[in-house]
Amino acid sequence: MEKIRSVNDLTRHIDEASKVENTPPRLADLGRTVGALTTAWPNNRGIYDQLKRLHDFIERTKSEIAAIRPDDVKREHLPKATDELDAIVEATAGATNRIMDAAEVFTDLSGRMTPEDADKAMNAVTSIYEACSFQDITGQRITKVVKTLKVIEARLEQMVASADLDGGVAATRLTSTKPEGDAALLNGPALPGQGHNQDDIDALLASFDN
Amino acid sequence: MAVDTGMNVLIVDDYATMLRIVRNLLKQIGFENVDEATDGAQALQKMRLKKYGLVISDWNMEPMTGIQLLREVRNDPELKPTPFIMVTAESKTENVVEAKKAGVSNYIVKPFNSDTLKGKIASVLGAF
Repeated sequence: MEKIRSVNDLTRHIDEASKVENTPPRLADLGRTVGALTTAWPNNRGIYDQLKRLHDFIERTKSEIAAIRPDDVKREHLPKATDELDAIVEATAGATNRIMDAAEVFTDLSGRMTPEDADKAMNAVTSIYEACSFQDITGQRITKVVKTLKVIEARLEQMVASADLDGGVAATRLTSTKPEGDAALLNGPALPGQGHNQDDIDALLASFDN
Repeated sequence: MAVDTGMNVLIVDDYATMLRIVRNLLKQIGFENVDEATDGAQALQKMRLKKYGLVISDWNMEPMTGIQLLREVRNDPELKPTPFIMVTAESKTENVVEAKKAGVSNYIVKPFNSDTLKGKIASVLGAF
């Protein structure tokens, strides 16, 4: 191993180790590099102690990541959570269809009612239809949650690879997943207090005509 | 001018529940000739085969979104005049601005009620 003569030499060495094939440094690689450096230059106690602490920190971080058992989270918990969310969408869709089946029976029956009763029945049926749109909104919200889980899954995979917990799968650089263009306009239902209500949108549309 | 409730209306949404809700609300308003599509591409195909007096479309669909459908419609000389109402949960300023730039006739944010739907249709097609 090349003799390390200064902190600059050390920084350069770590930088070079981390730039192989333009990938970020894996914790294991970094740990080995630091370990090798402490062995190569054991007599300078100052830098040796700092490198030793860095090495211990890296090893401790690896142990902590391993203790989280990210593979289990990825293989078991995340798919289970996604399945549960899919089941919610399916169940609410089924229930909504049954509610609407019943509402449509009322619509048919309203033809046999007095005009006054038919009006009341149709107003009630309209309210039922309006309320049933919750299924569309909750479905879109759940889709957003599933997408978030997929991002977490990808990050976990990255963490496992970086910490060399899976037997040496090469780490890949995290790429920005921020959408652009039309994709950036797909945000789904806004949370309360975010996004615009119908009055805001009407005002916004009207402003184009002024 | 009174709305011609006998016209063909095309509703576009990838949620079957939403298609059913809008169809039923339109029926209550008086529209009987309602067709459905589950994404922009399917809607565009139907529009090229049949004349529609109104399109009511969701935004967030795959493979072709509502905004892409709107642009396709406005870029097609035959389809260009078709009134187009966007009905979507996308409620940010940039969405409304983009829809307006693309030539949307009106914009309804989900969840909505029957009065809102009726009012927006009236603002696009004329009074009932």
